[in-house]
Amino acid sequence: MSVTAVKESSMVNTASTNGQMPRYEMHGKKATRFGFGEGLVVLGERYDNVVALGGDITGSVMTSYFKEKFPDRFFSMGITEATATLVATGLALSGHIPFFATYGAFASCRNTDMIRISMAYNDANVKIGGGHAGISVGEDGATHQALEEIAIIRVMPNMTLVVPCDFNEAKKATIAVGEYYGPCYIRFGRSDVPSFTHEDTPFEIGKAQTFKDGNDAAVIACGPMVWEALVAAYELEAEGINVRVLNMATIKPLDRAAIVKAASECGAIVTAEEHQITAGLGGAVAEVLAQEHPAPVEFIGVKDTFGGSGKPDELMEFFGLTSKDVKAAVKRAIARKR
Amino acid sequence: MARLTHKTYPLATGFHGSSRPTPSPELMAKYGYADFKPFSNSADHSDAALLEIAQSIRRDIIRELVEAKSGHSGGPLGSADIFATLYFGGFMRYDVNNPWWEGRDRFVLSAGHMCPVLYATLANAGFFPKSELLTLRKFNSRLQGHPGRDMGLPGIESSTGSLGQGLGIAVGMALADKLVDKNDRRVFSLTGDGEISEGEIWEAAMIAAHWELDNLCMIVDRNNCQIDGRTEDVMKLNPVGDKFKAFNFHVIECNGNSIAELRHAFAEAREVKGRPTCIVAETYMGRGVSFMEDDYRWHGKPPTPEQAEVALTELV
Repeated sequence: MSVTAVKESSMVNTASTNGQMPRYEMHGKKATRFGFGEGLVVLGERYDNVVALGGDITGSVMTSYFKEKFPDRFFSMGITEATATLVATGLALSGHIPFFATYGAFASCRNTDMIRISMAYNDANVKIGGGHAGISVGEDGATHQALEEIAIIRVMPNMTLVVPCDFNEAKKATIAVGEYYGPCYIRFGRSDVPSFTHEDTPFEIGKAQTFKDGNDAAVIACGPMVWEALVAAYELEAEGINVRVLNMATIKPLDRAAIVKAASECGAIVTAEEHQITAGLGGAVAEVLAQEHPAPVEFIGVKDTFGGSGKPDELMEFFGLTSKDVKAAVKRAIARKR
Repeated sequence: MARLTHKTYPLATGFHGSSRPTPSPELMAKYGYADFKPFSNSADHSDAALLEIAQSIRRDIIRELVEAKSGHSGGPLGSADIFATLYFGGFMRYDVNNPWWEGRDRFVLSAGHMCPVLYATLANAGFFPKSELLTLRKFNSRLQGHPGRDMGLPGIESSTGSLGQGLGIAVGMALADKLVDKNDRRVFSLTGDGEISEGEIWEAAMIAAHWELDNLCMIVDRNNCQIDGRTEDVMKLNPVGDKFKAFNFHVIECNGNSIAELRHAFAEAREVKGRPTCIVAETYMGRGVSFMEDDYRWHGKPPTPEQAEVALTELV
């Protein structure tokens, strides 16, 4: 597959909701893993100390792009997720910027001890790419549908955790993560999801982006749920409900100020993530609000169950991860306002 | 093309800034630490001279542990000859005045709990004053109970302590040196023998052999003891050497309490091409202290002050 520059930015933002904020439109569908793969190639072109380790599924988590372009800086590790993370640590302690990508289920769960002791405690400049995030993996079923990475990674000191919302952001986030010092984890998905951000949409590690203004309630979302939140917000506008949508692409360090501001200006919060609610984005937002600005919160996410096989769309619907679910949650949150 | 670099050495965050524990002047005087002159690293040292350094390391291990009142005695004492030969016999390149020198050879202690011997070795080489040995395991000491890179102690290349992980990190370092930077640096890593029941050891071994990392030399401290008992009772490990041979390592089995044999082993490892080396060093846990020798019950405890006095009289 060729690595081409992203052209979507030429597709200009169209209508504006209130004269200030561009209205995001879907301009095709593409999986975030391709953004990761392309971003890694950009890093390889920029820096000769960016290296990549393969965990056998390079064609699936798109480290294959880097492998083709920079074979001298790509090293196969076989199917050894845990030790690949250790080898990456050794490379980082030698001044390199190693990327190791595999499915998130293994990148986070199998690797927890390695990430904790070797990568995070060493403050080693290792970048882990966790693919196949969430239930939108589809047919592969529960074993391969990672729903725990946010919970696992955000509890580790020194770690940075980024969950991009679409292809463009995945590419930008990958480049940003590579240029940022410290142990990082980037979460991306297998299936095609709506592309709606542009090349010039701002992205900064640690900063939430407001994708839609509104003061009746705020949806704080990450990953593909940002699009679902936008669809819900645009639809609610027709009902006279103005919903703010925050793209919380960085889960750690968390943009606490944006969360508090949203709670104080909107008075009701909904979180949306393709992940377990427990200790996920929902948990993280609730921790901030409980301490700094208590407000009613409704959670959209997986509710303490495993995933299963099926088509991505039917799974998203079954698990309550659609714009329709976000809309209902917004109404529940608003009803709880005092 | 550019190289994106960040300042990564030394890391010295600790958890309470720069306020470090200091040992009492009385202890310094008791152990003669103020007058200590570091040993040199030279291929010209005689076996007897290296043994003398090993005994000095052993005495320091006893002092560290009796002052810490906790920690591991057996493995550190048993492996002191390995450390003396490696660090002082001219097999490792390092500069105590420039500990993060880019051309240095590196050592990763995979068996992190054995750090008292590594700390004592580094102090005997002059990486930091011997007085600091007496702060082992104390609040905000750079000598953590298991090595912590965040403390910035010169000579500590990586945090270790979760068994099985250090070898994989050493493999990553050796890969960086041989295949990315293409330099002639060498990487050493020591594992306990009980530690090799961890699966990551074998994953790391497979990767090291696959990438033909002949700049990697691992040492298995084969003392047949682990905390719960004899290794062959807890989990059968034999034949250790054959296992690594089957993983395409160059295997050298030697008496790990013989300076002469260890010298031959490290010299041989340096010449090996196309495959990593594993030195299976047969040692006695607690070597040099009569009441600790070959007794697994000394894996994880320190001597009492009375036992320490006896040990110090034996370690001359």
